[in-house]
Amino acid sequence: MARLDAKIPEGPIAEKWTNHKNNINLVSPANKRQIDVIVVGTGLAGGSAAATLAELGYNVKAFCFQDSPRRAHSIAAQGGINAAKNYQGDGDSTYRLFYDTVKGGDYRSREANVYRLAEVSTNIIDQCVAQGVPCARDYGGLLDNRSFGGVLVSRTFYAKGQTGQQLLLGAYSAMNRQIGRGKIKMYNRHEMLDLVKVDGKARGIITRNLVTGEIERHAAHAVVIASGGYGNLFYLSTNAMGSNVTAAWKIHKQGAYFANPCFTQIHPTCIPVSGENQSKLTLMSESLRNDGRIWVPKKKEDAAAIREGKLKPTELAEEDRDYYLERRYPAFGNLVPRDVASRAAKERCDEGYGVNKTGEAVYLDFADAIVRYGKEKAHVKGLDESDMGLVRKLGKEIIKAKYGNLFQMYEKIVDQNPYETPMMIYPAVHYTMGGVWVDYNLMTTVPGCFAIGEANFSDHGANRLGASALMQGLADGYFVLPYTIGDYLADDIRTGPIATDSPEFEAAEASVRSQIDAFINNNGSKTVDYFHRKLGKIIWDKCGMSRNEKQLKEAIRKVKALREAFYKEVFVPGTADSFNEPLAKALRVADFLELGELFAKDALERTESCGGHFREESQSPEGEALRDDANFTFVSAWEYKGEPSEAKLHKEELKYENIELKTRSYK
Amino acid sequence: MSSLLSSTIFRKVTMALSGLFLMVFLAQHFIINITSVFSATIFNQFSHFMGTNALVQFLLQPILIGGVIFHFVLGFVLELQNSSARGIKYTVFKGNANASWVSRNMIISGATVLAFLALHFYDFWVPEINYKYIEFLPEDPKRYHEELVHKFEDLGRVIIYVISFFFLSLHLLHGFASAFQSMGVNNKYTPALKSFGKVYAIGIPLGFAFIAIFHFLNH
Amino acid sequence: MKLKLKIWRQENATAKGSMHTYSLDGVSPDMSFLEMMDMLNEQLMEQGIDPVAFDHDCREGICGACSMFINGEAHGPDRLITTCQLHMRKFKDGDTIHIEPFRAKPFPVIKDLVVDRSSFDRIQHAGGFVSVNTSGNTQDANALPIEKEAADKAFDAASCIGCGACVASCKNASAMLFVSAKVSQYALLPQGQVEATDRVMNMVKQMDEEGFGNCTNTGACEVECPKGISLENIARMNREYLTANLKG
Repeated sequence: MARLDAKIPEGPIAEKWTNHKNNINLVSPANKRQIDVIVVGTGLAGGSAAATLAELGYNVKAFCFQDSPRRAHSIAAQGGINAAKNYQGDGDSTYRLFYDTVKGGDYRSREANVYRLAEVSTNIIDQCVAQGVPCARDYGGLLDNRSFGGVLVSRTFYAKGQTGQQLLLGAYSAMNRQIGRGKIKMYNRHEMLDLVKVDGKARGIITRNLVTGEIERHAAHAVVIASGGYGNLFYLSTNAMGSNVTAAWKIHKQGAYFANPCFTQIHPTCIPVSGENQSKLTLMSESLRNDGRIWVPKKKEDAAAIREGKLKPTELAEEDRDYYLERRYPAFGNLVPRDVASRAAKERCDEGYGVNKTGEAVYLDFADAIVRYGKEKAHVKGLDESDMGLVRKLGKEIIKAKYGNLFQMYEKIVDQNPYETPMMIYPAVHYTMGGVWVDYNLMTTVPGCFAIGEANFSDHGANRLGASALMQGLADGYFVLPYTIGDYLADDIRTGPIATDSPEFEAAEASVRSQIDAFINNNGSKTVDYFHRKLGKIIWDKCGMSRNEKQLKEAIRKVKALREAFYKEVFVPGTADSFNEPLAKALRVADFLELGELFAKDALERTESCGGHFREESQSPEGEALRDDANFTFVSAWEYKGEPSEAKLHKEELKYENIELKTRSYK
Repeated sequence: MSSLLSSTIFRKVTMALSGLFLMVFLAQHFIINITSVFSATIFNQFSHFMGTNALVQFLLQPILIGGVIFHFVLGFVLELQNSSARGIKYTVFKGNANASWVSRNMIISGATVLAFLALHFYDFWVPEINYKYIEFLPEDPKRYHEELVHKFEDLGRVIIYVISFFFLSLHLLHGFASAFQSMGVNNKYTPALKSFGKVYAIGIPLGFAFIAIFHFLNH
Repeated sequence: MKLKLKIWRQENATAKGSMHTYSLDGVSPDMSFLEMMDMLNEQLMEQGIDPVAFDHDCREGICGACSMFINGEAHGPDRLITTCQLHMRKFKDGDTIHIEPFRAKPFPVIKDLVVDRSSFDRIQHAGGFVSVNTSGNTQDANALPIEKEAADKAFDAASCIGCGACVASCKNASAMLFVSAKVSQYALLPQGQVEATDRVMNMVKQMDEEGFGNCTNTGACEVECPKGISLENIARMNREYLTANLKG
């Protein structure tokens, strides 16, 4: 089995990044003007990278499938962004953020990358504030922080429940400046459909204009993939409807290894599924767990009565409620990491304690927080703290100020008032830690092809802590890639413009065209969504929150069969040369149908439990995830070999020199 | 500067300024007219002054007429631009769901007021100009009250005037607060300003209507 | 529920469009409006009819992609939501629902209910940024305290999702609420002061060039805005614009 070289710089961990920056090749300002870079995706990672590369002087072509870069799904991130600023003076440091992230990821991430992430995290906040991002502030005018799951300090910066939107608009504004200067050429409503390699190096992409259907060739000296994660493999997820794996999967098929595909984050606080026609799930920010208490009824008969509508949750006495997270994990309580909270909810629901019609929901209750805040406020105002009506009223005002927009969103969707009755939540697919394998320079195994943000296999190991996805996206885009890409491009200063009429471009375009024509001319009868829904159900049922050998093998078989049926039976209406959403979807689902198989295969091979990956065969007597460090302290990087199930495994051994491998405990 | 003049914001600011100027005039007009209800002498004194003072006649009067013309011409121009900015119209447009009738129909209330102005000029301004500057009749400082009362002997005219004042009120109901918003005034005093605007917009036209009806009933 | 849907169909940017009527049965009140549209499209495809094209992405009210003009109102009858957050429980069995694209000359129709809102992007290219390089060599974030009230107001302005409901709802198709939200965010923060004059002049100029209508302060935009952006921002922009011009 081949060993992968992650190109981690030598030296003590705290100096690796600085030393590396001091020793890599640079491209002079005059030469940067001669170099073109393609960036696919304009979320936090792609947007920030495009802006920074353009500022440095490269000619950037940026692509997004949305009608504007501002709509990339980073926009939906609610809770916050971590940075080791230690503004609260609660003992935070670069090392602590590094440590929390590695531990939170259940010791399956690369130390050097995570340390660098923690190191540049502070720059992100400085940068965003300088750009005019309106972060939350306290009455002294200084930045406010809150606490997120899996950590014991307050290091999360936020902008109400809209942190993602505000940070993305910051990156977008930096892009706007460069678009205005002509340094970024922006291609909206364009989908990348293939990577073009010339002499083994990434030299361009083939795109489809989603409005006109035109197939276009775009050349560059390097290609950056920032196309996000693949949570939509599950059909129902908190991802946007258009989020897809296509760009990442196409480069995988061109030689980029795909790492840890089975590492998926199932977020514990989402609005439960309500019906068959549901198209999408909605996340409720993790920040709610700061104040909400999670519970189910202690007795099964109470749960049954609630499900039938005979009993209201507010009528249940305190002693009949099971605050299972507080019971199982007294140290972290409701703020355990996401994977732990999700599994615990599933466990209760599987046991028959679920509280909505489908039996798949638990309560997130703010009644205690309302009283607590209300009493505090009454005390401050010198009012009667024993007047419960007044206390509740004051408390609700505070909760409203903190989470008003989330409560409103919940009420619009579920039609229940969360100030009066507890919210119902259930885990849902939210983020994928797995992705394209990259080295320390964020370059994939295809020279000249880089992957950043959620699209790469990232710094989060087997589980991501809250508020660190935004951190990683911006770190990659603003502060890491712009340096490391120069090291690669330094060899390209004499290459000159890349021609798009080479045989390689011809061939890539021809293959894209033939795939599109095949769909349009297919004589099928079933819609694309029919297959996507089926795929999602297979993956959720068999590769979801808990996995076992039998189910995973079945999943591989079923996904393969579904893929074959898809090509035979799918119906794609309309024409290739027009705005055709079903066609765009078909091209995306085709790639999900291949990824699904690799996903299950990866989960099957990794017989340990770690982070979000829970193998039923590998658990402690108390039902906690049990890692197998002796055999699985590595990154699984898969090489494409024609069929997903024939992919070849390459291992990147993970060395822990600065953190001791320990069993993760939140008790 | 050229970009300033062609900008939408500048246009609306000039619309606001001319509107506010007309509102000031309207208030002054009202103060003089209301005196006609309780004292013919005071009314005649005011009218005589306004009618014969050179500053009023040869500076303020042209400015006022210019202001009126500017306000309605620009109003029509903006309306044309605005209706072409949509392109294809909606088949269903529920304007009343999110904005008041008065704010959406300034062109209707404005056009009604304009039509009224034509009548009003015909009633008072044309005879006045004729009296003073064409026929050069001798000035009689006591003629004004009588002329005023005489006009309101006709029921039809009184009805037309009252209806016009109603539309004027609608126009002002939006126009007053809107003018301040256009000029960038929106702060903690805005609610108070809006209330005052309402009082003004209803009070002044109501007062004018009262004057007309009063003279009709008491001639 | 059974519904009658009257939907604008237009094959492409140059084709002439018209309203088409479809009936749809079995709609559940818990469905979102877009899920209802998905259901319609599945049925249309089964009948061999081209599905209705509409913009949508996050389906949680933040990306600003969805843009339907439903029964005469942008994003439909409910308040402070986008189309994707509208649920069918707001309608009754047997209702007729009119669905049209957001209309304005600067928002040309691409297909059916999909419109091109790149005019909004161009307005922001003209000045919607603070000219600071993303090098990370800026001063410490807390070296610049910002009064909480100003920060909160800047946030409120910045919560604009760029959906275009303000333009769609305005009887004049004016983009003042959108542009003023962008101008206000920077005008309220010290970081935005240096370029304040150029920013407001350039953004307003671009807005005018795109062909949006004039603001007549009807306030429809504020009511229909899914994020409740206040008219105060328009007044602020007017102020900024006038002072910018006075300065030169």
